[in-house]
Amino acid sequence: MSADKDVTIPPVTFFAKRRKFYPRAVSGVYRHRKTLLQTLCLAIYYLTPFLRWDRGPNAPDQAILIDMVHRRLYWFDIEIWPQEVYYLTGILILAAVTLFAVTSLLGRVWCGYFCFQTVWTDLFIWVEKVMQGDSAVRQKLDASPWSLNKIWRKAGTHLGWLSIAFFTGGAYILYFNDAPTLMHNLFSGQGLTTTQLAFVFGLTGSTYLMAGFAREQVCTYMCPYARFQSAMFDEDTLIIGYDTMRGEPRGKHKKGDSWDNKGHCIDCTQCVQVCPMGIDIRDGLQIQCIACGLCIDACDSVMEKMDLPKGLIRYDTERRMKEGGDQQELIRHLIRPRTMWYGLILALALSVMFYGIVSRTTLDLNVFHDRNPLFVRLSSGEIRNGYEIKILNKTLDEVHYQLAIEELPNAQITVEGAGKQDIHDLIVPPDSVGHFRLYVTAPEHDHENNLINFVITDPKTATVAKRQSIFITRTED
Amino acid sequence: MSGPEHKKDIDPVTGVETMGHEWDGIKELNNPAPRWWLWVFYVCCIFSFGYWIVYPAWPTLNGNTAGIWGWTSYNKLVNEQAEIKTIQAAHTAKLEKAGFAQIQNDPDLYAFAVEGGRAAFRDNCATCHGSGAAGNIGYPNLNDDDWLWGGSIEAIEQTILYGIRSGHANARDSQMPAFGKDGVLESADVDAVTDYVLTLSGAEHKATYEKGATVFAENCAACHGDEGKGGRDFGAPNLTDKIWLYGGDRAQVYQTVFSAHAGVMPTWEARLDRNTIRELAVYVHSLGGGEPSESVTAPAPVE
Repeated sequence: MSADKDVTIPPVTFFAKRRKFYPRAVSGVYRHRKTLLQTLCLAIYYLTPFLRWDRGPNAPDQAILIDMVHRRLYWFDIEIWPQEVYYLTGILILAAVTLFAVTSLLGRVWCGYFCFQTVWTDLFIWVEKVMQGDSAVRQKLDASPWSLNKIWRKAGTHLGWLSIAFFTGGAYILYFNDAPTLMHNLFSGQGLTTTQLAFVFGLTGSTYLMAGFAREQVCTYMCPYARFQSAMFDEDTLIIGYDTMRGEPRGKHKKGDSWDNKGHCIDCTQCVQVCPMGIDIRDGLQIQCIACGLCIDACDSVMEKMDLPKGLIRYDTERRMKEGGDQQELIRHLIRPRTMWYGLILALALSVMFYGIVSRTTLDLNVFHDRNPLFVRLSSGEIRNGYEIKILNKTLDEVHYQLAIEELPNAQITVEGAGKQDIHDLIVPPDSVGHFRLYVTAPEHDHENNLINFVITDPKTATVAKRQSIFITRTED
Repeated sequence: MSGPEHKKDIDPVTGVETMGHEWDGIKELNNPAPRWWLWVFYVCCIFSFGYWIVYPAWPTLNGNTAGIWGWTSYNKLVNEQAEIKTIQAAHTAKLEKAGFAQIQNDPDLYAFAVEGGRAAFRDNCATCHGSGAAGNIGYPNLNDDDWLWGGSIEAIEQTILYGIRSGHANARDSQMPAFGKDGVLESADVDAVTDYVLTLSGAEHKATYEKGATVFAENCAACHGDEGKGGRDFGAPNLTDKIWLYGGDRAQVYQTVFSAHAGVMPTWEARLDRNTIRELAVYVHSLGGGEPSESVTAPAPVE
């Protein structure tokens, strides 16, 4: 490459400064919908930890609680142990499939209305507007020299952001602790652990940074979902689109002028001004577009003023943008193999998850045969095997279990432990794992096949758990 | 280089500037990363210097830089062990005062003693008795119900404290004569008594049965008992059961009668503290063959 004179000179910048923009407030159907959904999301986030759910005296009464200390997850009537982490996997699979299905049908509605980055950024922009004014005013204020007015407006904005950020971090840890107690601790500043403080201030910092400064860059540079949602798109996916056929050629338009040879886009750039991602939707479908629909609101209000039909920018499929068609056709495009497959997978995942939750047992048994020694010969010539067993009592009451072994009718079972132990009365505290050490003694030739079953019964509810193990009588010669 | 002015090469499809190079007709687009991204990278680089200052990092001629926090993995271990010791202290104090009966009825204390005993066993006893306490030829299996010197927790404690034939004044001691080697018995008598001993645990009677019985009554019964059931006063094994410390083959039994065995276990009194020995006794007793304490009357059988 050294002597190649024809080569173009490499670009000067590999890194670019972020272009700051000031999204203008807009009103309309989509703005209204966005506000409603985001308020709902925020309400769910902040209020859920305060929901109570009575579980009796042996468990916390918080409806949704992730109890890290005791390794439990409570979700209303469902309680999940660490051993059942596959439920979490199930929830994640369900969330992924739902995202796929919704995206292939409605486009990136998650990004536009529900994602926390969107929700908090929108909230922060609202704070900006309240403290400093709308887009143009903010831009002017930024350009103006420092004054008392500028200082207090800027300070107010950041104070607002920081308070929201602090409550975001504060609310987060409520999910991991008893909410009322923690609220008290949070405001009295006492009894908080280092971990709790680290999470509160860590999330305060990240919220302030991400929603206050990083904003749309999170979606374009950091978010993997933004990228792979594009893979769910095809020509029949609902997207925010600019009707090029109708809009072009764009140009300024005075009242009374003819529309002949002119597109309906009057190049007012309202759609660009309101965009929280700082893009021009008229450039076509872009990876940055979060499908919030604010540009539709902006454009529709302009079209209304111009006495033109609405929908120059609209929520529609790419195919219909090109080919047109009525509502019926739209529905026909939405119901297509891709959405039906996603629907089917979603239904399947939902039913598996539902079955898993419904068939969750309140009792489980684990048996570990001693490895060293594998068996012990007693003076009578009988053979003894040792076992560790774990009884998982997932009920919220103390249970007295009964143990039996199938296939070894003449076996003697003893429980090794402090005090008096009885295989017909193995006591396991509520919501705990009971560990027991067992010795099983049987005549040497009583059992040909060395597989045996341990059976544990809760006599009150007749719940049974069974676990296969082995009974070894000799080493292989 | 054609001059200072920058000539842009714009990709016609995307409208994005290219990097200026081309391989087989493929050009790379220049979509500039944000400037702050670069700053984050620099800050990370600077941050990493902190590790050199804080932690041990650079080799020197006679060691390495210590780092201002003085962190070493050894110190970490020491601190963690100190932490564990603090947690154990309450239990250890309780264990020191408790009798065996109290330990065996307190689930927490019992679990603590068994686990402590398990650890001490692996450090001190496993060499001979095996990590699972299953023993070997000449080294008793501690899991079974056959005890030479007693299987109550107190008897086990005494054995661990003073050992067997260890030379300690309180050691358990006894000596079986080497009947063949020392010329106590004729070779034929050793043969006869070997066959007789094997019949005690179910072997077929041989022609020399009567002779063997006589030899046994005259030479062995004093310690092993008239019926060969052994005696714990002398640590004499029960010859009627299915457990053979030195092997149950005819040749092995013959060898035992001919030249005798006298296993030795060291005294642990001076090597381990009293609490550890008590933990060991609880642990060995828990292995499945433990017998009830002699002072405690056995509970009436439950119907």
